[in-house]
Amino acid sequence: MLFPFPPTSAPPPRVVITGAGIVTALGLGWKPNAEGFRAGRPAFRPVSLFDVSRQRVKTAAEVDLPDALPPTGLSRRQLARLDRAGKMLLLAANEAWQQAGWKSDLEPGRADLPVSPAAQQRRPTGQTRDVPLVLGTTAGGMSLGEDYFRQAVQSPGRHRRQPTRAIHYQPQVQARMVLDALGFNGPITIISNACASGSNAIGHAWNLVRCGHAERALAGGYDALSLLVFAGFDALQALSPTVCRPFDARRDGLALGEGAALVALETLEQARRRNAPILGELIGYGTTIDRHHLTQPQPEGNAALTAMNLACDAARLGPKDVDYINAHGTGTVLNDSAEASAISRWAGPRAATLPVSSTKASIGHLLGAAGAVEAVICLMALREQWLPAQAAFETPDPACNFPIVRQPRDAQLKVALSNSFGFGGVNATLILRRWA
Amino acid sequence: MSRIFVAGLGAVSPAGWNVAALRAALDRGEPLPVQPLERPGGDKSLRARLVPAPATRPEFLAHPRLRRTSPITHYTAAAALDAVAGLRALRAEKIQLGLVVCQQAGCVNYSCRFFDEVLKDPATASPLLFPETVYAAPASHVAALLENVTLACSLVGDPAVFLQGAALGVRWLEENRVDACLVIGAEETNWILADALWHLDRLAVIAGGAGAICLSLDPALSIGVALETITDVHSYRASTSRTQAAQAMRKQLPASSTVELLCDGLSDSPCTDVAERAAWLDWTGPRLSPKRVLGEGLMAAAAWQCVAACDLVSAGRFPAANISLVGSNQQAMGARFRWSRPGISDLSPVTRAGNITP
Repeated sequence: MLFPFPPTSAPPPRVVITGAGIVTALGLGWKPNAEGFRAGRPAFRPVSLFDVSRQRVKTAAEVDLPDALPPTGLSRRQLARLDRAGKMLLLAANEAWQQAGWKSDLEPGRADLPVSPAAQQRRPTGQTRDVPLVLGTTAGGMSLGEDYFRQAVQSPGRHRRQPTRAIHYQPQVQARMVLDALGFNGPITIISNACASGSNAIGHAWNLVRCGHAERALAGGYDALSLLVFAGFDALQALSPTVCRPFDARRDGLALGEGAALVALETLEQARRRNAPILGELIGYGTTIDRHHLTQPQPEGNAALTAMNLACDAARLGPKDVDYINAHGTGTVLNDSAEASAISRWAGPRAATLPVSSTKASIGHLLGAAGAVEAVICLMALREQWLPAQAAFETPDPACNFPIVRQPRDAQLKVALSNSFGFGGVNATLILRRWA
Repeated sequence: MSRIFVAGLGAVSPAGWNVAALRAALDRGEPLPVQPLERPGGDKSLRARLVPAPATRPEFLAHPRLRRTSPITHYTAAAALDAVAGLRALRAEKIQLGLVVCQQAGCVNYSCRFFDEVLKDPATASPLLFPETVYAAPASHVAALLENVTLACSLVGDPAVFLQGAALGVRWLEENRVDACLVIGAEETNWILADALWHLDRLAVIAGGAGAICLSLDPALSIGVALETITDVHSYRASTSRTQAAQAMRKQLPASSTVELLCDGLSDSPCTDVAERAAWLDWTGPRLSPKRVLGEGLMAAAAWQCVAACDLVSAGRFPAANISLVGSNQQAMGARFRWSRPGISDLSPVTRAGNITP
């Protein structure tokens, strides 16, 4: 039963990351992304996915999808129904799953995942082998929805493919494809807290594992570029007509991108039991709501500050213990000033030496995928011991009293913090620790 | 013994803007009138059960945050205010609220309007519309309206997700992160949603509205109903059909009872109902099917089921109610609410509503 929750007196288990998948405009998978983020390489180009001739801004960070997807449990028919977002989701999920070494239900090796007595006690219904899939997205299969609308308006008598679009537009159907592709069962949760969705998804999955609802979970976020969303940000004049330069005194807006990232989370106990390589540990999560405005943060970043504090409380550490912040850093005037205020107040004297960067300067704002992608970037930095350089930064904003990582460099990192703040006001902070 | 109590209910539906209207419509048991929906260039007639205009303009619409909002936000706000009315009267300023808003289709009106403008000329598309298209907008506005919301989350999925939302709210309560939690299911209607539903189920009639339940750990805030059980999530996948998932959900709820209520999601549409009918073949007790009266309200319909069931239990008409949510394309889930008044240990059924079939 989902409720009542089984009573437990045991302390929450430690939750580690044993697999990570990432798809961005820098490439498909860990290696090209790690190289790109380490170098602070920008990946913007003219938009080719839809017509932008009447938009103010004409560039974004588009993903180059492969001609063929990796072999999974999906049938040809299912594969044919995947839209761009579904393909990115599947690529990232498959990479995380394979890296974690998890087995599908159909594989005989599944027996190598014995359920621990502690987990059985926490979850006596025998469903401990279920793998919750927790995803953040803002748009799901928006491109299919756009196609549906176009055909419904332009050719109202033509119904071909409309039923398929009506179904596969929905994010839960895309999530079901992941279950079928990788051959596992589990509850699907789709969180749509705008740009904090990916972080909220990982944080929610972390909670599910910590409270004994599952021994492992697959979590992350995904969003593809679509005309509606691009035109929406352009209409708001939130897109930079020049270069996305988070925390720069002359910043003038964000840039959009697309992608997906998922992490395989499991208890340390289970990871050790199966001798799984551990990529890092998720140690803190905090989430709050900023009620100030639908699209503007409270100027002092009060809710952001609370999210950072809550995550630190969960992780039982403070600013002095954090070695790097991957900022939400959209490049808009209002977001960056509020976040700068929050970071400064949270860090206190530590701010002066605390490295901060926004990787949105390389790959754009990935909306529902942003928090998940940025958590994986933190994982890369912790694992490979470098600081992600910010692709564009020229003139420091006096309001930012912390150093922006401007050049690629190696660093000794133990703990990284990732911020995500959403339209609508939901804020989320994740804290990751190096596993050595 | 459950520690989770229902502290309030709210509903906006084709029957009207409160729980009393919902109750009256379900008591009558007659399907509400269907309105035609205009479709651009339409070659076929579309039908819907629309939320009627409120008798008087709701006061909350004067809130600056709600000036340009979409119908789904209005429904969400009205249901939320309804559900927390008792709570706020008791100790408004002290209560920290959680807010979980569940949707399947979301803000379809503004999305269509905005995209239509984009297709005509993106250079003149209205910047006022776009922010209202995001799934997170209703939760954001309601959080601003209620002022004491400290934690919020928007969930998307098929209607069974409403009970996942309830489970999330319970988790927040049990972790003492909030004092009470509003769980809301909401949808709005427009021609494109009716068109999409027509492609999937020719007999279904789309409907809009919202339902809200307010959960609390405090028995003093209870309306006389406790949440006893939420089943596991039974996901559909290639190897697990909707029928199998529904049956697995059924097995986690009590055996057929002549005194308890089953509040199901049947809608008199054979293709949509088949899995749920099969799962509950053994049920011989009283049964309520709100969608037969109100229409296919998607996530709102799931919320109406819970609200209607809790309302009947609260009124002493049933000692307990089982909820069956067999979602359209994601999962099946169930729940059980029971009568619970501090100091009173049992309840005999008193009366039953006209629409309830034994």
